[in-house]
Amino acid sequence: MNTLSNIEPGSEAERENRRAGVPMGLPGAAPARVPGRHSRKDYYEFKPYNVGRWIVWGGFALLLMVAPMLFTSSLAHTMLSQMGIAIIVCLSYNMILGQGGMLSFGHAVYSGMGAFLAIHTLNLVSKGGWPIPVSLIPVVGGISSMFFAVLLGYVTTKKAATPFAMITLGIGELVWASALMFPEFFGGEGGISGNRVTGPKPLGITFGPQLQLYYLIATYTFVCTALMFAFTRTPLGRMINAVRDNPERVEFVGYDTQKVRYIVFILSAFFAGISGGLAALNFEIVTSEVVGGPRSGAYLLFTFLGGATFFFGPIIGGVLMVLAGVLLSELTKAWLLYLGLVFLFMVMYAPGGIASLIMMNLRVASFGRLKEIWVSYLALAVTALIALIGAAAMIEMLYHLKLNAALGPELTFMGARLNAHGVDTWFGAIFVMLTGIGMFEVARRHYVRQWGEIQEYIEKEMKRRETL
Amino acid sequence: MEFFTISLLNGISYGLLLFMLCSGLTLIFSMMGVLNFAHASFYMLGAYFAYTATQLLGFFPALAVAPLLVGLIGALFEKFALRRVHKFGHVPELLITFGLSFILLEMVQLVWGTSSVDYRVPAALDGPLFTIFGTQFPMYRGFMMLVALLMLVALWLLLTRTRIGLVIQAALTHPDTVEALGHNVPRVFMLVFGGGCALAALAGVIGGNAFVTEPGMAATVGSVIFVVVVVGGMGSLAGAFVASLLIGIIQTFAVGVDASLINGLGQLGIDITPQTFGYPLWKLKISQIAPILPYLFLVLILIFRPKGLLGTREG
Repeated sequence: MNTLSNIEPGSEAERENRRAGVPMGLPGAAPARVPGRHSRKDYYEFKPYNVGRWIVWGGFALLLMVAPMLFTSSLAHTMLSQMGIAIIVCLSYNMILGQGGMLSFGHAVYSGMGAFLAIHTLNLVSKGGWPIPVSLIPVVGGISSMFFAVLLGYVTTKKAATPFAMITLGIGELVWASALMFPEFFGGEGGISGNRVTGPKPLGITFGPQLQLYYLIATYTFVCTALMFAFTRTPLGRMINAVRDNPERVEFVGYDTQKVRYIVFILSAFFAGISGGLAALNFEIVTSEVVGGPRSGAYLLFTFLGGATFFFGPIIGGVLMVLAGVLLSELTKAWLLYLGLVFLFMVMYAPGGIASLIMMNLRVASFGRLKEIWVSYLALAVTALIALIGAAAMIEMLYHLKLNAALGPELTFMGARLNAHGVDTWFGAIFVMLTGIGMFEVARRHYVRQWGEIQEYIEKEMKRRETL
Repeated sequence: MEFFTISLLNGISYGLLLFMLCSGLTLIFSMMGVLNFAHASFYMLGAYFAYTATQLLGFFPALAVAPLLVGLIGALFEKFALRRVHKFGHVPELLITFGLSFILLEMVQLVWGTSSVDYRVPAALDGPLFTIFGTQFPMYRGFMMLVALLMLVALWLLLTRTRIGLVIQAALTHPDTVEALGHNVPRVFMLVFGGGCALAALAGVIGGNAFVTEPGMAATVGSVIFVVVVVGGMGSLAGAFVASLLIGIIQTFAVGVDASLINGLGQLGIDITPQTFGYPLWKLKISQIAPILPYLFLVLILIFRPKGLLGTREG
């Protein structure tokens, strides 16, 4: 649990204080200013506007806006739409994983049920039954997911930590198995399909073209991200952090930990349902696999890879999820193996995910010492790449032998023809991999020494600045 | 009566197999607090190892070799990966076993292919054990029950009657004291993890040929064994035994019952037609809902007895 807790809540206030010249360690306790004495400002005033925050959110909005203009192919538009959906669902998952410390194996239940209810609503709209505009259908998905979370979450959130994980797994299986039992609602093998070009068309927006739908998804992504960030700043958002870090103490203070978990679980399901509704609009078909275990596993995997300890980590995770699912799976058949290995190493060496790696290096950069280690990074990257090429060649040859035996022993790997039956190819691959590993180890040792030294310097420097 | 006896016997043998799987999981959980998400993957690995070992050595040597190999893999995983994340807490521990389950699944598909392998019951155990009500009870089912019971007794003797068992039990509650007394607690943990994986593999060896040996077999039992562990009470070996028998029997009986709510209500004089509200729910046969029964059971247990059947702690 400790890894998931060394995070930003609290530090934001500290940073603001530091900017404003307030000594550290006294968050919120601004020194009383004597009027007249401080008439000349010797620091930049961040209040009432927090410039940094405006820049970050403005940049995010701008990025969402211009992304489809930079990548204009239809594949890019499809992927961008999926990324928006994935970002919302990963962020909603992180509400319970990163902020609540609840490891769920059944989050797809909520995004999936949202998708099903959304597509059924869409079909009702098409039949002329309900006068709901298409752009609001994701909200319908969100509200229906919330309803399911009220029902199922009551059982799941009775426990925390490991039992919670097992129960969510059980509930996930329950819903998935039921999906096959009620073909009337879940559509059986074929799923439920709909047509998003329906209902009232304000300003001529039909959501027929992918680009129009992308902007709907982008709007939802921005609003949901902002809402979820705002949630981390509410008393409830802070309370769930406390429940994650020290539930016993929270109980002593007089809060019901189960209730806090329950409410946050419901809120998280709401956002998951919105993403499900968007997915239903995007694909215009919902099959029962959207509530399945593999989907939940993917949410967990990528949220963690992106970084559960920082708010923006799951955004990276969502982007990676689409990139891996669309591009990596095209590139190699063994993509799940690579993904599993990356995940394993990430858990072992960087439990804060990619976001924590970025933040650690930003810290080094802010103390002006990043330029010393970029050579080491280069060495690490190159040696890791060499080892990876060797390993990947072997994995690809194995997959080729297993799956494409009919095509003969030859395969193309990174532009080179390899003979999967040849002793020399295997020897070469092993040799390349071992060389890479050896060189990587040398580079790693050097880097670890450097890194430790820099961290020591930073600690010292921070202490020194405190005393100033 | 015939249906009852046969279903009961099948249910018990399935339940005992579930127990073999859960015992390792429970042991690891109660010792180390680690929920081994890859436990079912070790079960699958055991079945595949046994398949290969049977071709090379024969079935009975495979019965010993496959669990040992899998136990070794488990111990190595504990030593080089799990121990590293122990200091980060329980969630990363769960996550790393989750990652391992991905890798093991892919590895198995890589080595043995994506379709099922022809892992058969050995000729010596093929055939009926006895005939009851005109139905033959397969000898292999009896063998499965025998192995499971032997394992249960051996496990119980090991934990309560041997020195290492006492150290394990002590390390469960007071790891620091045990370490102070000069026992190597990390090594004990490694042994327990390896042993738990070996138990899963043993279940794989005898379950793999009774059912199907395929890459999907881990997912089939994976979630059921977690249900068993929660229903029995987290970390309670006796609870796991009761729960696995219960779930095994319930599921086996449900598969054989061809009644639905329509029949039941029809006997009470309530007629249900396709126009009645909720018709899809009423027309479901009990055999159709058999797959979800364990999970329904889990939900009910959590509502009415959150610590599980024989559990002692509220999680």
